[in-house]
Amino acid sequence: MATESAGSLGREELIEAYRVMRTIRAFEERVHTEFASGELPGAVHLYAGQEAVAAGVCGALVEGDYIASTHRGHGHAIAKGCDIGAMMRELYGKAGGSCNGKGGSMHIADFERGMLGANGVAAGGAPLACGSALSAKVLGKSHVSVAFVGDGAANQGSFSESLNLATVWQLPVVFVVEDNFYAQATGTRYHLRGLDVARRAEAFGMPAVTVDGTDYFAVRDAAATAVERARSGGGPSLVECKAGRFFGHMEGFDQQGYRGAGEVDRLRAEQDCLVKFVTAAGLSTSETADVDVTVDAAVEVAVAEAKAAPSPELTELLTDVYVSY
Amino acid sequence: MTQPQRVLSYLEALNEALAQEMAADPSVVVFGEDNIGGTGCDGTLGHAWGPTRGLHNQFPDKVFDAPITEAAFVGAAVGAAATGLRPVADLLFVDFAGVCFDQILNQAAKLRYMVGGKAKVPMVLRAMWGTGMRRGAQHSQALYSMFTHIPGLKVVAPSNPVDAKGLMASAIQDDDPVIFFEHKLLYFGSRGVVPEERYTIPLGEAKVVREGGDVTIVAIGRMVNEALAAAEQLAADGVEAEVIDPRTLSPFDFDAVYTSVEKTSRLVVVDESNPRCSIATDIAGNVAENRFSALSSAVRTVTSPHAPVPFSPALEDAFPPNAGKIVDAVRSTLAASLSKAS
Repeated sequence: MATESAGSLGREELIEAYRVMRTIRAFEERVHTEFASGELPGAVHLYAGQEAVAAGVCGALVEGDYIASTHRGHGHAIAKGCDIGAMMRELYGKAGGSCNGKGGSMHIADFERGMLGANGVAAGGAPLACGSALSAKVLGKSHVSVAFVGDGAANQGSFSESLNLATVWQLPVVFVVEDNFYAQATGTRYHLRGLDVARRAEAFGMPAVTVDGTDYFAVRDAAATAVERARSGGGPSLVECKAGRFFGHMEGFDQQGYRGAGEVDRLRAEQDCLVKFVTAAGLSTSETADVDVTVDAAVEVAVAEAKAAPSPELTELLTDVYVSY
Repeated sequence: MTQPQRVLSYLEALNEALAQEMAADPSVVVFGEDNIGGTGCDGTLGHAWGPTRGLHNQFPDKVFDAPITEAAFVGAAVGAAATGLRPVADLLFVDFAGVCFDQILNQAAKLRYMVGGKAKVPMVLRAMWGTGMRRGAQHSQALYSMFTHIPGLKVVAPSNPVDAKGLMASAIQDDDPVIFFEHKLLYFGSRGVVPEERYTIPLGEAKVVREGGDVTIVAIGRMVNEALAAAEQLAADGVEAEVIDPRTLSPFDFDAVYTSVEKTSRLVVVDESNPRCSIATDIAGNVAENRFSALSSAVRTVTSPHAPVPFSPALEDAFPPNAGKIVDAVRSTLAASLSKAS
């Protein structure tokens, strides 16, 4: 496994990468229990198990770069630097949420952080990322855009169209396909015929690579190469990352009867990206413990504040439909 | 000294609006299939026939040909608009919204609301519409009612070159997504004296194109001319129709319609689109709900039928409203008028 970045990242960067992944994990595990308690409304799709993808890709980005996310977007938002307090308030539909409570989990966004939004439509964000990439290109800025899509979204026409448009216009965009092995309950063995999505990119003349999505360093190296290509005018790339999710497609809905016996237990025991990362990075117990304490406290505060926050004023119902009307 | 008056076609007026707005604002970009025409081939560029013709000569870095990927490039317009550009994307025929409707319905229209007002989507989606060119069921529809139904979108449908230029300028300068309907029969068939200078016509402002006291006719797009022709026929019989061109369907200038109906007490709405859940029923419903007491007869709508647009010239000619059908509808409102207890 090429782990170029394992050697090149400094201690602080390694700890930061761990903090990001650990924050996503703690956030998602807590959302899972909060949802089960019945206090959290809405459709919530959890990212636990795939943290190395968001952290590895966003670790290769700089301020001003854009990401367009998916319905499973909490991890991307956290990795792009969004505030988890505002995010948690958004999940509860409260005032002061990332979107003032009007978006929810599936539309969580923070334009100031370059997070263009989770998206309720599979592959809905891929054309948007082409657009933010076009902005950078036309305006002469060096910003790179990343479109995250799932394995299921890779079958959408809008995804293939976006690959084509990005190559034709040579846009500074990176398509990150997160293959978590299931589109809702339908396995990739069926809906992709077990084939890598990367092969489709090659048909558009786009460089593509497939990596282990539970290996932070593999993801980060692949992303860094693709991002550098985009930033230097070399056009779009595709990075396919394979990493299973620890939870079902959606909270409260999915009994995961489609998954093999012991599949999730094995994922947690053998494919936990956090465990792999700590080992590969050589982080000490005290280093991780410091992060763990801080992260867990921050999530606790985020939940408490979200529960205590007021709902949006009813006048919010009719604001933000238009800039002017 | 009077200058010779300059006559432009509807298509030329749109082209001038695009060129003037691009010159005024470097964030305006224009793209769509064949917007330059011929990109990538060894031959001469610039075989575009529509309103983007020639723009690439003046703005070579701001006009792009797009592959036939409506979902991708309409979505790219949304993403670009949210990150600093003012894209004018070209759908060609509005019928093609079918292949990219998610990007219009779920992305462009809702992005600002979903993020709590922390983004805006200043884009224009141009689209040809309407019957009359023998293009059949998939290239002739009048789908503005569908877009008017969607909160977050603005919808414009000009009826003449002067309005086309001023409304296009407003649409480009507007901070919300605008679907801009260009009637294909008006491109060359509608000509008028168009000011050379840059100007705007506000979105949401109707125009009374003919004054009259006996009946209000609201007509959209190409139907404005049919309504005016009907009004002339009616005038020969002493019936004076007031003709209103809404110009913008979302937002809609209901006040202009209410004011006129209060004067005339009769309303006929002329709409080239299909009759169900349409802009015509919307206008009729709002008048019935808000100005019922002003009416002396039932509101009439003159629309195309609940059927796809046929190809056969004989059938297509029978499909949309025309002056004769409008006259008949007006006469029915006159005949059915309640005797006002005066």
